[in-house]
Amino acid sequence: MTEIVEILLSASFWAAVVRIASPLIFATLGELICERAGVLNLGIEGIMVAGAFAGWMAVYSGTGLWTGVAVAMGAGMLFGLLHATLTVPFGLSQHVVGLGITLLATSATYYAYRLALPEVTSPPRIEPFQPWEVPLLSDIPLIGPALFAQTPLTYLAFVLTAVVALVLTRTPLGLALRAAGENPAAVEAQGLSVTGLRMGAVMVGSGLMAVGGAFLTMSAFSSFFFEMVNGRGWICIALVVFGAWKPGKAVLGALLFAAFDALQVRLQQTPLGADIPYQLFLMTPYVLSILALVLMSRRAAVPAALMVPYNRGTR
Amino acid sequence: MRLEPVAAPGLARTLGLPALALAGTFVVGALLVLAAGADPFATFGLIVQGAAGSKFAALETLNRATPLIFTGLAIAVAFRAKLWNIGAEAQLYAGALATVVLGTSALGLPPALMWPAMAGAAVIAGGLVLLGPVLLKVRLGVDEVVTTLLFNFIMLLFVSMLLEGPLKDPMGMGWPKSEALPRDYRLPRLVEGLRLHWGFALALIAAVVVWLIETRTTLGYEIRAVGQNARAARFAGIPVNRVLVKTALLSGGLAALAGFSEVSGLKGNLTQDLSPGFGYTGIIVAMLALLHPLGVVVSALFVAGIFVGADSMSRAAGVPSYIADILLATALLAMVLAILLTRFRVVRG
Repeated sequence: MTEIVEILLSASFWAAVVRIASPLIFATLGELICERAGVLNLGIEGIMVAGAFAGWMAVYSGTGLWTGVAVAMGAGMLFGLLHATLTVPFGLSQHVVGLGITLLATSATYYAYRLALPEVTSPPRIEPFQPWEVPLLSDIPLIGPALFAQTPLTYLAFVLTAVVALVLTRTPLGLALRAAGENPAAVEAQGLSVTGLRMGAVMVGSGLMAVGGAFLTMSAFSSFFFEMVNGRGWICIALVVFGAWKPGKAVLGALLFAAFDALQVRLQQTPLGADIPYQLFLMTPYVLSILALVLMSRRAAVPAALMVPYNRGTR
Repeated sequence: MRLEPVAAPGLARTLGLPALALAGTFVVGALLVLAAGADPFATFGLIVQGAAGSKFAALETLNRATPLIFTGLAIAVAFRAKLWNIGAEAQLYAGALATVVLGTSALGLPPALMWPAMAGAAVIAGGLVLLGPVLLKVRLGVDEVVTTLLFNFIMLLFVSMLLEGPLKDPMGMGWPKSEALPRDYRLPRLVEGLRLHWGFALALIAAVVVWLIETRTTLGYEIRAVGQNARAARFAGIPVNRVLVKTALLSGGLAALAGFSEVSGLKGNLTQDLSPGFGYTGIIVAMLALLHPLGVVVSALFVAGIFVGADSMSRAAGVPSYIADILLATALLAMVLAILLTRFRVVRG
């Protein structure tokens, strides 16, 4: 117990929580946008892999870091376009297409990696985003380093949360988007295009997922590794459910989740952790995600037209 | 644009479009090979040669197809009921675990009893692994896609834990692997002198059995009814939840047989890299077969051929073997689109 208290009182722990949560926030917001418009995007895992690689590769070939983020976003949007084309106008199974996109994006990324760097045994490093320390505020004990000494991408993740929440709840575009996920026929009756709204949502959402992946290579690890996304995409799908399809709650979920993750990493180093197989610690993120799904299962917040294709002229 | 049903699709439509999808896949593949600076025709030639160009190559393809037939059947059965089992990888490892635990135990059964005992234990273990997510689905409405996916990660860590703990081979020089099954308990070869074990025959039998279940039994009828429209099926008095649970046991059991067959037929012991994603590839196998159990055999051979061929091509031509996964993912997406367009036409407006 004392170990846990000690960890909770260290500033590095809270800084790690916010850092671990950042990629999850981008990808969770991306998935949330897709789902609010009525499309389940199981391409998330592969799109994160593609984003992680694309951003890193761009920077490695000499572009600036922000250009790298834009390249990652573009790569994500391309896969999003493919996903949206197949699932929205053609109305194909979102499960099958999503898994297909994950497989395609992952294998295409690995293929591109091997072509770009045929000879290397360990991937080259790039100069990643450096923390921006906000003067004065970053000196606050405990929460200062966590909230005010992060990399710009982390700040962007929180700004984006507010933007997505505002757009979804306070703008005509957000209303139309939500209606496309709840009652597409009503959107069509308003003279708006369900197809256009849904495709746009999937593309933007996929772009954000890719930025989440890019966070890993451009802010967290500075290198690209195979398997580095390691199920984070699937965890984000669970986080959307956990957050009841609301951006703020989903981000709280991501932070809570990241806290458990940061805690398990630190507990492994303690004498307590030495007696327990490390695999049990590594399992916790996945077990927690399943628990989160079970806890939230009774809440009926799921968009009514999620996974229901819309074909104009039919009922 | 919108879709309009085609009343009576002609032969050109029903066969031409899927053929076009395959052709499109190979165009994508050719572009990728060009990007790698190699000659597409020579590369595809090397893939075919590596998959079926010699007795050794063909046997390698059959061996690789064996677990894919099992996982493909597992997915086909589940998807038929719209039960999205993406956790065949976990079920495969559950089957492999059961096989190793029983096979290396001190039970001392004769092989003729041990084989069915190991297979049976594997089926039960795999079925139980899928039962969890399916119970969560029918009792609490928890989406099984995410839970089965997450179970894959949990199961792999569990296997790793056991391989570094109670199941660790003391003679393994520190490698995380299990003890090997005694020679007698390994599945014998189908034909003396050929590197192909009884697991392949078992896979073919499983395909026929699943086909019989789907076409000749009440359960098969119920599975299709639940898959086509669960609400209507419930209204018609079909116990939907019970059908889903039965489907889960069948699907999980089939995926687990892949683990049983790989351990007892091919590898002899359990390691963390027993499956290079057979559970996930099973989804492609099942979809390319349009979920038809006998079609699964054909598509598993095709998919295995591409993997084995690409491995051998990659060594010779220097094109990364990941091209196999890209080809299969493209084929999957192109094929589902083509199948849709055999039944619907795109109209403007």
